[in-house]
Amino acid sequence: MTLCACVLAHQTHQEEKMSEDGREELVGTDDDSENMAVDGSLNNTMVEEGCTLLGRMEICVAEAEKRSGKNAVNMQETFTVYLIETRPMDAVADGRNPAPDSLWRRYSEFELLRNYLIVTYPYIVVPPLPEKRAEFVWHKLSADNMDPDFVERRRVGLENFLLRVASHPVLSNDKILYHFLTEEQGWKEVVYETGFQAKADSWLRALSATFRVRNPDKRFMEMKQYSDELQSHASQLLRARAKVADRLYGVYKVHGNYGRVFSEWSAIEREMGDGLQSAGHHMDAYAASIDDILEEEEHYADQLKEYLFYAEALRAVCRKHELTQFELEMASQDLISKKQQREELATGIVRTFSFKGMTNKLFGQEAPEQREARLKLLEELIVEGEEAVKEKTVECEEHVERAWVDMQRFKEQKDKDLREALINFAVMQISMCKKGIQVWSNAKECFLKM
Amino acid sequence: MSEHTVPADLSGHMLDLDEDEDLEVFSKSTSLADGSSMPNSPSSMVNQYRLEEDDEEQQNGNTKDIFITVDNPESHVTAIETFIMYRVLTKTTRSEFDSCEYEVHRRYQDFLWLRSKLEENYPTLIIHPLPEKFVMKGMVERFSNDFIETRRKALHRFLNKISEHPILSYNQHFKVFLTAQELAPHRKQSAGFLSRMGETVRAVANSVRGLSSRPEEFTLMQEYLENFSNKICSVNKVTQRVIKEQREYLDELKQYSPTYVQWAGLEGELAEPLKDVASCVERCSKETEEQIQHLSQVLLPILHEYVLCGETLKAVMRRRDNIQAEFEAKNETLASKKADKEAMQVEVDGLADRVEMANNALKGDWSHWQNSMRTDLKSAFISTAEKNVEYYEKCLAVWELFLLSQRVEPRKELDEEDVS
Repeated sequence: MTLCACVLAHQTHQEEKMSEDGREELVGTDDDSENMAVDGSLNNTMVEEGCTLLGRMEICVAEAEKRSGKNAVNMQETFTVYLIETRPMDAVADGRNPAPDSLWRRYSEFELLRNYLIVTYPYIVVPPLPEKRAEFVWHKLSADNMDPDFVERRRVGLENFLLRVASHPVLSNDKILYHFLTEEQGWKEVVYETGFQAKADSWLRALSATFRVRNPDKRFMEMKQYSDELQSHASQLLRARAKVADRLYGVYKVHGNYGRVFSEWSAIEREMGDGLQSAGHHMDAYAASIDDILEEEEHYADQLKEYLFYAEALRAVCRKHELTQFELEMASQDLISKKQQREELATGIVRTFSFKGMTNKLFGQEAPEQREARLKLLEELIVEGEEAVKEKTVECEEHVERAWVDMQRFKEQKDKDLREALINFAVMQISMCKKGIQVWSNAKECFLKM
Repeated sequence: MSEHTVPADLSGHMLDLDEDEDLEVFSKSTSLADGSSMPNSPSSMVNQYRLEEDDEEQQNGNTKDIFITVDNPESHVTAIETFIMYRVLTKTTRSEFDSCEYEVHRRYQDFLWLRSKLEENYPTLIIHPLPEKFVMKGMVERFSNDFIETRRKALHRFLNKISEHPILSYNQHFKVFLTAQELAPHRKQSAGFLSRMGETVRAVANSVRGLSSRPEEFTLMQEYLENFSNKICSVNKVTQRVIKEQREYLDELKQYSPTYVQWAGLEGELAEPLKDVASCVERCSKETEEQIQHLSQVLLPILHEYVLCGETLKAVMRRRDNIQAEFEAKNETLASKKADKEAMQVEVDGLADRVEMANNALKGDWSHWQNSMRTDLKSAFISTAEKNVEYYEKCLAVWELFLLSQRVEPRKELDEEDVS
């Protein structure tokens, strides 16, 4: 598949949709079509298209291949690599058709990139990767990571991930992302050099820790609540959908038995033979048609799954807020207590229990020099503490501000994407119904000839 | 009436022809009603039972002169038992009926009686089967509405099949069944039990001897029958399986639409499309329910009847074989006899005629049955296909309506953006 083709393939799909109802969709002008993310949604603000990476560069995950190699513990393993192709946008716009630059990446490298992005931009709802292992599998769908259908869907998902990241107003400017797309060798080292790993570890710990925040931003708490519920409901929907798909598969396949029996039966009949035989063929066709129908529906499931995983990313942003708010509160608390200590030292009035206070009472007050020393130390600590509070306040406020912007962007994107997904679902149902009408009309014609 | 008695001789296998003035195709020279005169030569008999294709059309088309319905099942409770009574309504222009309308009430046992009388009188005619006594699957209770309705329809079809049959339609027992207010006295009259006993004894005796050679056409018929039985059983099983799978699919669909509604509860803009999708899925569920009903009530019963027909046909073939075996046995005995040959010769000749008549009756009825089978199955399959097309058409409309409702909004958004 050539570079342009993967984006083009989607373009024609959009055109088809336009001609279906004869009205223009919210597609934008021709220029914009190259900036469409794989889900067909126009990039958020046309103003930014020059600014985002995707505006300057065409990106595509063109192929997938199996490789064998030695892993970290020197054991032989088989894995899949994906070919990332890039081309400068102006070259394409000019009508030139240069060969794309390309490099191979495996899933774990995508994971590394994403982890880096999460840690580096904790106020961004970072687009999720396609699932690591097949979930919500129904019986005929393979759970095997090496299954070609699974690999293909993953390829699409990885491309979708890259397109989303590269069109994000903030993430698209990241250098590491750029290197990921353009430099095959040594990229991993560069990532590790950023030192994000250390941050990642503490971030992971924080994510799973429980701590009480006194004054979290209500909006973020609501968002967190929303993300939890979204995860729950999306999971339920996906599970129910998988069961329905499984049963529908059964219904269609059972009709294949009609094909076989009619064929055998036609052999013993004179007048009915032809009609039965041809009706049988249509039954076989009917039974076979479900495979394509359900394969297409998997793409719908994938669109829903993306937002199931997005919920996790959204939750992480809210958690980050909780963390920064908590740290701010801790710092403030610490500062207050230090100030109190200073006051006590200065005035000699003990408000709070302290060992020093006790020992002072028991063994007599300390010497003035000692007190001076301690006071001085406390002053230094207080200055540090005030700095810390200032820093934390800024950090917290910045996070809230930036996160809120991105969460709004995310919400709009989600509403648009999922609406499109539902429409796609309806389109698929319509296609399935049309096929059904055709098959059974044909079968009826055959029965009439009996 | 003498025609109701079935002595263990050849007249028991003759047709009741007291109404023969209506049967134009049949030779009028037969006068077997009294059971005593000699039968005509076999060749003239042959002509009697050859049923041309034309008759079929005449019978089913414009000249249908008798209309029967079975309806109104009602529960009757006595000290001993509970049973269902069905109303049997007959409208006819036939002259042998005193009135043109009859309303009687019959229970399942009465239908059983009628059928067994017909089988007795015409052992090698193909008589449509009755619905079974019990439902083996245990899915349906004996007096559930579904069971009663299914049975009622089958009984209705049974009587109509009889009325459409060129020979059976004119049977005296059939007439009594349709017209007599009380069936009990007529049931008591028949000595059918004895004759059936005799027949069974002979059948057993003959089966020991075996058949020397079956005419080729009957062998072919037997072969066809085996295969047909096989295939119709398979089609029946497949249909049952389709229904089962559809039911399971429906169950999951019912769980599916609420998940959209639940999610909608979380959302703002997205709530409406989610709820719309939920209602679309719900509507499709309803259509699926109807589709399942149609299969269960239209296709499955017909298939089931033809499974039973398979058994009926096998019994008919067995009886024909027995008649032939009996003749052959007596014939052998005659050959080895030294004295008193004349009397036995008469008997053997009679049996030979009986064989001929039985064969012809079967041959004639065979094509009648095949046409009937073809018509019934064809119409059931067509109806199923039509219902499936209708199902998909309705679901298509549901989803297209959804698309329509969704596509209106982008237009509005576009206008608003231009304005701003």
